[in-house]
Amino acid sequence: MRANKVLDGNTAVSEAVRQLDPDVVMAYPSAPGAPMLERLAMDIANGSLDTELVNMESPQSAISGCIGASAAGGRVFSSASSQELAQMHEMLFIASSLRLPIVIGIADRALSAPINYYADHSDAMAERDCGWIQLFCESPQEAYDNIIQAYKISEHQDVKTPVMVAMDGWITSHTMENVSIEEPSEITDFMGKRIPTYSLLNSTKPLTIGSFSSPNYYFEHKLNQFQGMENSRKIIREVGKEFGDRFGRYYGYFETYKLDDAEYGIIIMSSAAGTAKEAIDRLRSRGEKVGLLKLRVFRPFPFQEIQERLLGLKAIAIFDRNIVPGSQGGPLYNEIRSAMYFCEDNLRPKIFPYIFGLGGRELNLSDIDNTIKEIKEKTEKVESENGFHFVNVRYRQVNNE
Amino acid sequence: MITLKQLASREEWFSSGHTLCPGCSIPVILKLVLGASRNPLVISNATGCLQMGSTLFPHTAWKSNWIHTGYGNASATMSGVTAVYRSLKKKGRLMDEKERKFLVIGGDGSTYDSGISSISGYMERGEDIVYLCYDNQSMAHSGGQASSATPVGASTTTTPAGTVLPGKLQTRKNITAIIAAHRIPYVAQSAPWNWNDLLRKAEKAFETKGPAYLNVLSPCPTHWNTDTDKSIELSRLAADTCVWPMFEIRGGTKITVNYKPRHKLPVSEWLKSQDRFRHLLEKENKWIVDKIQEEIDQNWDFLLSAQNEEETK
Ligand code: SF4
Ligand SMILES: [Mg+2]
Repeated sequence: MRANKVLDGNTAVSEAVRQLDPDVVMAYPSAPGAPMLERLAMDIANGSLDTELVNMESPQSAISGCIGASAAGGRVFSSASSQELAQMHEMLFIASSLRLPIVIGIADRALSAPINYYADHSDAMAERDCGWIQLFCESPQEAYDNIIQAYKISEHQDVKTPVMVAMDGWITSHTMENVSIEEPSEITDFMGKRIPTYSLLNSTKPLTIGSFSSPNYYFEHKLNQFQGMENSRKIIREVGKEFGDRFGRYYGYFETYKLDDAEYGIIIMSSAAGTAKEAIDRLRSRGEKVGLLKLRVFRPFPFQEIQERLLGLKAIAIFDRNIVPGSQGGPLYNEIRSAMYFCEDNLRPKIFPYIFGLGGRELNLSDIDNTIKEIKEKTEKVESENGFHFVNVRYRQVNNE
Repeated sequence: MITLKQLASREEWFSSGHTLCPGCSIPVILKLVLGASRNPLVISNATGCLQMGSTLFPHTAWKSNWIHTGYGNASATMSGVTAVYRSLKKKGRLMDEKERKFLVIGGDGSTYDSGISSISGYMERGEDIVYLCYDNQSMAHSGGQASSATPVGASTTTTPAGTVLPGKLQTRKNITAIIAAHRIPYVAQSAPWNWNDLLRKAEKAFETKGPAYLNVLSPCPTHWNTDTDKSIELSRLAADTCVWPMFEIRGGTKITVNYKPRHKLPVSEWLKSQDRFRHLLEKENKWIVDKIQEEIDQNWDFLLSAQNEEETK
C-alpha cells in the first residue's frame, strides 16, 4: 500500500534509500543533510535495515569508500553538503571516470567564506564538471522520487555514472510536506538488486581498476566516460516515464508551469520554483502572460529540449543561486544562453541573468514581479541584455568598468 | 613458516613485466608479503611508484583483484570494499564463499602524510585490513621530494643541502609508534634483507583478525643514488646501525625486538653509503651526525627497555 506521510526532505531521502536496501552507507555528517544518515543509522540500530553503515573520518574518505564499495559490486549511498562536498571534489572525478554507480544526497548549502549555514547552489554547481549526473529537487516528494530514479539511472548498463540528488538545505531538507511513500515491494520490483558487470570480490576473474593511462589511451578513456553521460539522456527520460507509469508521477528534464502561451519566462531550480509558481499565478491574474521552466536535470544539460521549449518567448530571466566571479553570468544562464545560440534570431528570446538567494537570502514574490517588469521594459525598449541583475540585495550594481 | 623453496612455488600475485626501476626494493618486498597470504587478495594501492609501475594500460602486473583511486585514500577505498564484503556475506550474496584477505599498499608519502587520517579511521573502526607501507623515505615517484618519513639531514629535491641549510631539518615521523597507539592487534617493522622476518610478519598480519600494519624499509636506488645491486645490503646496514630496528608490537603495548646486531655500527656507516647524506660527513656538519646518533641510541634503548619481559627471556 502507498502511504501518505508528512516528511521533511531529509527523511524522504532516507525513506527512499531504506527501500532500496543499499549494501553500504558511507557516512560523514554534513549539515543540513546529516539527518539522511542519522535515520538510516537508527533503522540499523533498531534492526529494520541490515545495511553496513561505516562512519568515515572525512568527506574524502566517505566518497573514497563509495568508490571502493561500488567497485566491489555494492549499492552504496552517502551524503554531503557545502564544504564537505567540496572536500570530495577530487574523488568525484575518479568515481565518474571509473564508471561506478553511486548516489549521494545533497542538502545544498553555501560555500565559505564567509561561513554561512544556509541554502544556495554554490556547492553543487562547483561540481558540475566532475562527470556526475545532477538532479535538483523542489520538494520532499521530488527528493524521494529522484533518489529512487537516481539508482535506476546510475546502475543502468549503458550509463554506469554516479548521480547527485540535490535539494535546498534547510528549506527542502527540513520543511515537512505530504509525501507519497510507495509500497516497499513495488520499489524492489522497480529497482531489482544491483547486478554488477565487474566486482573486486570476484576472485575467479581478477580485475585491475584505476590503471595508469598513457597519452596513447587517456583520450579514448575519457570519451568512453563522456559516452556514458550521453547515454544517460535517453535513460533519464525512460526511467522518468517508467516511474510515472507505475507511480503516477512523471519526470523529464524539466517541468514547465503555464509556459505554453507565455511571452515572458522565469527559469529557476529547486525550492525557489515554489515561490515562482505563486508569483506567476498572481501575475497571470493581472493578465500578464508569464510562465516558468523549472530545471530538474542540470547534467547532462538538456540543450536541445530547452531550446525547443523556449523558442518564441519574448524574454526570459534566468535565476542562478550561485555566483561565479569573473564569469558572464551564473552556470544556468551560461548553459541556456549557449543552448539558444543556434535559434533563428527572430525566434530567440532576450535572455537576462539574475543572481538570487546567496547564503540563504530569501526570494520574495515581489522580486519575481519586479523581474518580470524589468525584462518587459528592457525588451520593449530594445535595451541590451548585458549585465548582471542581483535580486533582493543592498548593492544592485557592480562596477565593471 | 615456509621455506624459500615453498615460497617460490606459491602462486605469484605480482608478476614480472612491471616498470619499476632496476634495483628497486618494492618487488622483493611484495614477493614476500603477498606470498604470505594463502587466500585470494583484494588490494588497494595508493598512487605512487608501485601503482604507476605495475599498471601501464592495457597491461597489469597484478593477478589479484586490485584498485587504485587516489593518493591519500587507499585505505578509505578499501573500507568501502570490506563493507560490501561484510554486507554481502551477511546477506548470503557473495559470488563465492572463499575467504578473502584485504591489503592496502602505500609508499611513505601516502601513509605518513596524506593517508594518515584514513589509516587512523579504519584502525579505529577495527576493520580487517592489512596495511603495507613501503618506506623509501621520500616522495619517490614525483621526483624524490621530502616526506615526513625523510630522515633529518637528508638532501632531497625540496630539502636540498645548500650553503646555508644542511638538508632536512626535522626528524622523521615515528609512524609505527603512532599506529601502535591505536592499540590495533598487530604492528611490525621489517626490511627485505631478512626474508624470513618479513614473511613471518606478513603471515602474522594476514592471520590477525582486525587491523595489522607493516612498515617496511624500501631502499630506492634512484633517489638514494646507490648502486642497483646494493638495495638489500643497504636494508641490512639500516638494521645493523639501528637506523631501522626490526620489531613487532602486539595489542599496542607488547614489544618484541626481533633483531639485535652483534656489533651495532655507528650511523656514519649508514650516512656515507648514500649520496643524500654525503654532505653530513663534512666537518661543520658533525653536530648533525652526533644528533642523529643520539636519537638512534635513544630510540634503540627505548625499544630494548620496553620489550615484553617474557619475550626476552
Ligand atoms: S624511484 Fe625508487 S622506489 Fe620508485 S621505482 Fe624507482 S627505485 Fe623504486
Ligand atoms: Mg615514498
